[in-house]
Amino acid sequence: MNSLKRLAPQLITLAVIILLNYLVFPDFFNIKIANGKFYGSLIDVLNRGAPVALLAIGMTLVIATKGIDLSVGAMMAICGAVAASTVDSGGSVYLALSLALLAGVICGAWNGVLVAFLNIQPIISTLILMVAGRGIAQLITKGAILTFTDPGLIFIGSGSVFSIPTPILIWIFAGISVTFIVRKTALGMLIEAIGINQRASSFSGINARVLLIMVYVVSGLCAAMAGTIAAADIRGADANNSGLWLELDAILAVVIGGTSLLGGRFTLIGSLIGAMIIQSINTGILLSGFPPEFNLIIKAAIIVIVLIIQSPALKAHYQTYRDTKKPPEPAPAPSSRTTS
Amino acid sequence: MQFKKLLIGSAILASTSLMATSAFALTVGFSQIGSESGWRAAETAVTLKEAKERGITLKFADAQQKQENQIKALRSFIAQGVDAILVAPVVATGWDSVLKEVQEAKIPLILLDRTIDAPDSLYLTAVTADFIHEGNIAGDWLVNAVGNKECKVVELQGTTGSAPAIERKKGFEQSIAKGANIKIIRSQTADFTRTKGKEVMESFLKAENGGKDICALYAHNDDMAVGAIQSIKEAGLKPGTDILVISIDAVPDIFTALEAGEANATVELTPNMAGPAFDALEAFLKDGTLPPKWIQSPSRLYTQADDAKAIYNQKKGLGY
Amino acid sequence: MLNSSLLVATNIDKNFPGVKALSQVNFTLQAGQIHALLGENGAGKSTLIKCLTGAYRRDGGDILLLGKNINPKDTLDAQKLGIGTVYQEVNLLGNLSVAENMMIGRQPMRWGMINVKEMNRYSKALLSQYGLEIDTSLLLSSYSIGVQQIIAIARAVDLSGKVLILDEPTASLDSAEVKMLFGILRKLKDRGLGIVFISHFLDQVFDISDQITVLRNGQLIESVATDEIDSIDLVTMMLGYELGEENKTKHYNHSQGEPLLSFTDFGKRQKINPFNLNIAKGEVVGIAGLLGSGRTETAETLFGVTAHDSGVAKLQDKVIDLSTPRAAIANRFGFCPEDRKNDGIIGDLSVRENIILALQAQRGWAKPLPLSEQKKLCEHYIKALDIRPTDPEKPIRLLSGGNQQKVILARWLATNPQFLILDEPTRGIDVGAHAEIIRLIESLCDKGMSLLVISSELDELVAYSHRVIVVREHQHVAEIIGADISTDNIINAIAANSVEPEYVLKGAI
Repeated sequence: MNSLKRLAPQLITLAVIILLNYLVFPDFFNIKIANGKFYGSLIDVLNRGAPVALLAIGMTLVIATKGIDLSVGAMMAICGAVAASTVDSGGSVYLALSLALLAGVICGAWNGVLVAFLNIQPIISTLILMVAGRGIAQLITKGAILTFTDPGLIFIGSGSVFSIPTPILIWIFAGISVTFIVRKTALGMLIEAIGINQRASSFSGINARVLLIMVYVVSGLCAAMAGTIAAADIRGADANNSGLWLELDAILAVVIGGTSLLGGRFTLIGSLIGAMIIQSINTGILLSGFPPEFNLIIKAAIIVIVLIIQSPALKAHYQTYRDTKKPPEPAPAPSSRTTS
Repeated sequence: MQFKKLLIGSAILASTSLMATSAFALTVGFSQIGSESGWRAAETAVTLKEAKERGITLKFADAQQKQENQIKALRSFIAQGVDAILVAPVVATGWDSVLKEVQEAKIPLILLDRTIDAPDSLYLTAVTADFIHEGNIAGDWLVNAVGNKECKVVELQGTTGSAPAIERKKGFEQSIAKGANIKIIRSQTADFTRTKGKEVMESFLKAENGGKDICALYAHNDDMAVGAIQSIKEAGLKPGTDILVISIDAVPDIFTALEAGEANATVELTPNMAGPAFDALEAFLKDGTLPPKWIQSPSRLYTQADDAKAIYNQKKGLGY
Repeated sequence: MLNSSLLVATNIDKNFPGVKALSQVNFTLQAGQIHALLGENGAGKSTLIKCLTGAYRRDGGDILLLGKNINPKDTLDAQKLGIGTVYQEVNLLGNLSVAENMMIGRQPMRWGMINVKEMNRYSKALLSQYGLEIDTSLLLSSYSIGVQQIIAIARAVDLSGKVLILDEPTASLDSAEVKMLFGILRKLKDRGLGIVFISHFLDQVFDISDQITVLRNGQLIESVATDEIDSIDLVTMMLGYELGEENKTKHYNHSQGEPLLSFTDFGKRQKINPFNLNIAKGEVVGIAGLLGSGRTETAETLFGVTAHDSGVAKLQDKVIDLSTPRAAIANRFGFCPEDRKNDGIIGDLSVRENIILALQAQRGWAKPLPLSEQKKLCEHYIKALDIRPTDPEKPIRLLSGGNQQKVILARWLATNPQFLILDEPTRGIDVGAHAEIIRLIESLCDKGMSLLVISSELDELVAYSHRVIVVREHQHVAEIIGADISTDNIINAIAANSVEPEYVLKGAI
């Protein structure tokens, strides 16, 4: 399949990193059932990667329009706080989820209006909520970690369906349904069009404003799901730390996944693989037992290597190298990225 | 006209507060860092409470994590002619010049819960906890609890490079070094947060034979312990029994865990830094008694033997 | 020849995936020669230039500069060797001063700082050699494209000094500016520079060049001295076939029925003064005027790109909203803009997606056009408009200008418009595509579509217009109808001095 070929560098990278994990921790692939759900390091990667994967879905669409959403981490904190305070004050889990998602929609619409109607650059527009959002979340939790015991809400974070942890199901479901929606409707193409050339798009009659608001709302919704999962996971809304710096991981996931920060062509599946690559690195570092002082250095080094392997410049060199008809070299992954 | 009246009014106000340098009608300025954690909110609440009980008028200024706001607050305290100043400094450096201004205004200044890089002649005293001591207490508890048995410990560190993380680790290691039976087998940072505490503990459990090889968890704060307790439970083990849980801070949520038997011990980082500070201040203003340059706040150990529920309720009232 | 060979390229090959862009091409440039490089778009002119300047790596062949084998790694390297290039879109920075643009990367330093004074003086002195007495401390963007072009040439000559390559230098210049440019080129030629000149304007080629080299489909067709060839032969060489009678004037019986569209007092402050315009079904209205006269502004106001602030528009007596492109499209308007790259194509999207874009936007995102129907549409238009390459999944940015234009036309035709605005539909495209687009305009109006066509090519306007509106100084100043339409009349109207509207309201309103 064509898209499979396009995602080859990402898939190869993921496989290599998982292989590295296996080398530092031979039990990596062991999966058993504990407390009625799957349990193992591989499951941890899928489970812990849920927030970044969800954020990456919304972030991909935003980046495809040539925008960026720095506020997703703060929106996570807000929506987690909304969910927690709803059950804390006696609301049902359904109300909590609805309100959390609504909060995400409102936050996203705010970003979208700033970008689409006031023409403020996305990085500035979303910076406002990035800074103010944690303050709002703190107002909701009144400065403390708002703990709750509602089993329904906790289920979102640490429950399971058919032995599969809920967060994994949520991000996979969100990934599939968003992919389905944007690719089975014309949404994907229209989003790409405004990301590539907004002026020409509006000359063709595309309603760029509505689409822009839409992608920021989707980003808000994804952040709401991620924030609810993060809060449910620790049974408390931590306004200070929920989703802290995750906007950067989400952007990184999108970039590793093969979507250009310049907008245009995007791949949601690639971004989800990107999120899993990042989480595999994180989990691998924890399993390796290196002193924590090395965490960030190891992560940065691996990411640099990943990005170098995927860089168009290296691809061009590889191409000329192959064209000279020498025996194909084994090392660099043939990055058949770029638009097709 | 109006302006002139105002001037006179404020002059009178200032002079009265200057004259009132006796023990019964003190005005104290308090520059707090902000409200970034429950503990800090509690510190603010306790400080207000202590002041009220002692009949001290407290002027409170929230710096919102910015040193420039603290410096502004200090200057405004000088202008208002307060009798003393309490500062919880947000950073360690850059205090010399403003502290000199405070000194020139002859206002005693006490540092709360953090120290700074400045000559100690610039302030009256500093009331802080001793993080190494906290680590000692936690370690001593574990040494007593396991006796001569082999015990493999996993450690959740605070933010890499932060003073509490370094010193709590050091103190704990000092205590367990007394015997050869307790060993730290894994140590990783979890950034003082619940989320990371849970995630890192998950990987510890997997890396150490599903957790069966782990005898105890030592977390540099309660939040990480609370997160870790959940992942121990999800792994099918009993925290507090299968794996002993020791942490530091004594925030309310750890008492819930203590009550449920899921945590074993916590060392309190008291939010009451103001109490000892006011004691020292009152003694100084009364007869010029100079306090030591460092007052160590008490670090109390809580275990399952304490009335966890009562402490939880009492603590919860403080705004944690 | 008396002149020594300055630059000799032999047997140049260049392949792109699936395409042989250059095949065994030879090219010889003498010192003191202006050498025109001609060919349709896609013939390989740009590729050859890029191989010479190191922008592309050639796959085969040799390049000798003054008898020495050279192998430029990139354009900077070529510049150091002595080969400078000036592109159609001036590749300078509008937000820097003229002097900074000229001296960028080699600013005179004093005490570790840029010596702005010396920089301004040097660049001013340099430009005065080109007959340009301007304040070099002002922003580049404050000067006209023509002046910017000369600045770019001055910079390129100053940096390289042996070979100067000009890619479509006159495309955006008016005739006075072209004259000035040619004066400069002749001076540079006398100084012994070798100049490669690429242009679509054959009269200019005959005017300025000494030698002409024609490429077609990546192959060298012929290289001849300019005075040994006439234009008919040249066009034949370029196209590979005789142009024939494509450009025959075709007048029609002006049977103006009920107007389809009527615009009354329609205008936008600072863009175009209020005008009246009626357009009948199947009528082609041409708009003529100099650059900046208000012709593009007329089109953009009609299409809602800049919303009109006076007047009303009626479609068969019904008032319609034209405040945004979307609103205009809802009334079955279409608009092919002048600036194809920035306003027309969505570069990274495929030809297929570009074709269905307007139709899809009209249907809304929730109702996607089924892929089978998309393919059918594309197949139809690729065939009907002879779009090449025929692969609908190729990104449109890889197509030549003429083919991009056809795709954008297809985009609008797919929406079945009743009124189509074409702003400079033949600008920058090769002669073959030119003729096809003219033919298309005629067949569209035969089918009953109304068209408004803006063009600088007056003979084109004469060929297909039923009526020509002349625009000057943001005002519609004249209307030429039927048999009166001729290039002479249009030029007279454009050049007339009086701003007073000599608005002959024949049939209008």
